[in-house]
Amino acid sequence: MTADFDAVTLLEVSRHFGRRRAVSRLSLSARAGDIVGLLGPNGAGKSTVIGLLATLVTPTSGEVRFGGASARALGAALRRRLGLLAHELHLYPELSARQNLTFFGELYSVPAGRIEAALTRAGLDERAGDDVSGFSRGMRQRLALERALLHDPRLVLLDEPFTGLDDRAVSIVADRVRELAANGAIVVLATHDLDLAEGLITRVALLRDGRLIAEEPATTGLRARYRTVVGSA
Amino acid sequence: MKKAFLPLLLLTTAMFAYAPVVIAHADYESTMGLVQKVMYFHAPSGMVMLISAVVCGVASALFLWKKDPAADRVAIAAAELTALFGLIVLVTGPLWARKAWGVWWVWEARLTMSFVGWLIAVGYLFVRKYGGPGSDKLGAALAVFGTANVPFIYVSVNIWRTMHPMTTVVPTLQAGMRGAFWFSALTLFLLYGLLLTARVHLERQRAALDQLYLSEED
Amino acid sequence: MFLKTALLVLRKDFAIEVKSREILYTTLLFALSCVLVFSIAFVKEGEPLEDAAAGILWIAIEFAGTLALGRTFERERYGETLRALLLAPASRAAIYVGKMLGIVVLLVICELLLVPLVALLFRSRLFAAPALLVGLLLAGTLGFAVVGSLFAAMLVRARTRDVMLPILLYPMTVPLMIAGVRGTVALTQSPVDQTSAVMWIVLLLCMDTVFLVLALWTFEPLMTE
Repeated sequence: MTADFDAVTLLEVSRHFGRRRAVSRLSLSARAGDIVGLLGPNGAGKSTVIGLLATLVTPTSGEVRFGGASARALGAALRRRLGLLAHELHLYPELSARQNLTFFGELYSVPAGRIEAALTRAGLDERAGDDVSGFSRGMRQRLALERALLHDPRLVLLDEPFTGLDDRAVSIVADRVRELAANGAIVVLATHDLDLAEGLITRVALLRDGRLIAEEPATTGLRARYRTVVGSA
Repeated sequence: MKKAFLPLLLLTTAMFAYAPVVIAHADYESTMGLVQKVMYFHAPSGMVMLISAVVCGVASALFLWKKDPAADRVAIAAAELTALFGLIVLVTGPLWARKAWGVWWVWEARLTMSFVGWLIAVGYLFVRKYGGPGSDKLGAALAVFGTANVPFIYVSVNIWRTMHPMTTVVPTLQAGMRGAFWFSALTLFLLYGLLLTARVHLERQRAALDQLYLSEED
Repeated sequence: MFLKTALLVLRKDFAIEVKSREILYTTLLFALSCVLVFSIAFVKEGEPLEDAAAGILWIAIEFAGTLALGRTFERERYGETLRALLLAPASRAAIYVGKMLGIVVLLVICELLLVPLVALLFRSRLFAAPALLVGLLLAGTLGFAVVGSLFAAMLVRARTRDVMLPILLYPMTVPLMIAGVRGTVALTQSPVDQTSAVMWIVLLLCMDTVFLVLALWTFEPLMTE
């Protein structure tokens, strides 16, 4: 079973840590080609939702379904179709760019040619043999993005991908995300940066205190809409 | 369960009150004298400690694999009681040793095993308190390992200590002492059961309170 | 697939270590310092206390191993790479095995230095039965690595992980240490007490098996929130 899917659904998902409810009865679905923006203030539960979609966090109630099947039913093969990029970047600074990609590539059984292609994509051909510890934030981000996408995942999860990036790096990441969606990936992007999200996302999911306040197609005037719905926070 | 609690509590209190009488009437042990009577608390505490450790281990295994929160409540209660009764063993042991042989500590097999087991139990409590997020699962894993370790602790410490034989610490129980021994043991077992029930009940109340907080937000 | 993943993780750790050799060198030096400190405690009037060598050897292994465990998993914490590893389609237990094997290799290298050193400094007859000594060290090191890697992995997110690891690990490895030390003492007797040594090795192997099985079962439930 290839465990491929074209939609991911959260069905009345809750997750609490003791007394604190991180996510509360959240229902959301995303289809291939969507770029869903998870927006909300800090502590709204955006990272928890990303964790739930990545199957790294299990819900205390409700279910996460990938194309109709639950995560448990699909097993480890499901993770082949997931890609995650969080703020910490998931790179080994002691290794070179090529070594990082090779390691994860072999872990995902990715053909060797893709690694070189990924390096080119990230614009790191000349620096491929240099240790990541010597890279700037922008270079690391580009490399980390390519690492997350190396195995051509169906569901791409990005948690605050624009932090610490300059304009040029931001537009590179944004273009890559648009390209992914155009190729049929489901992109879920969590951010609290409304301006950057505005031109990029196709659907908006507004969160506050673990609840889904609003879910609608993205329009212009995102900041105003956000303020109205979420309140100034 | 609830209905039996109060009568059992009264029974246990009565047994505790009567225990000194029973112990005083038990046979006087000739070599060690009066101080030997510490054994009536020391040895059953050791038994309770072991039972509690196994309870904690089994409950932790259930929690880790079945994710049953009730099992976790039993595990933490049992761990606390393992530490408590372990402390009793580790305090009464030296008290006995000091009076009987003039030294505060003897590296005798059972005392050493209790020390190790006590450290693991306290480690469990530390993990629950300072372990950060997910500490319930961390503690459960520790308890499972700890319980699996019990036979190994037993074998290794026993072989180690019998390499340098010393005077037998626990004499084989004379007939005149058996009555008092089992009376004390039964009292302590009852006490353990009551404490465990009460503690699990406390945890259940805490969980119910958390649930109320959570549902209040809905 | 399982073994392939474990070896991939091992090779990756090896690649990182080869570049800086930071953990290797510092662990070795720490072990040496341990031996020095213990010598001060256990050498009386220029003569080492009887059987001190065996104890010092195993304590040095345990202390150095604890530090190495902490730092190996610190590496996975830095870029949250542990999360990325758990997200891979590979079996999560295989990732644990890979890290565990890395610790075994590191400790074996330490022992290659420690054993001759301790034998020299304490004039101990450690090499009287070399095959048995190797068996004893491997069985003990494996047990320590199995338990230690699991505990270090589960403490990766805890704020107090540096002090919690020894607090949890040392009592749990008491039987391992007893077996290791008493086995080593048996091997330094004249004549060599082979029966005892073999008995301790068998006990260690039983412990290794039980702990490894438990670790493989518990790793995945522990790592998912």
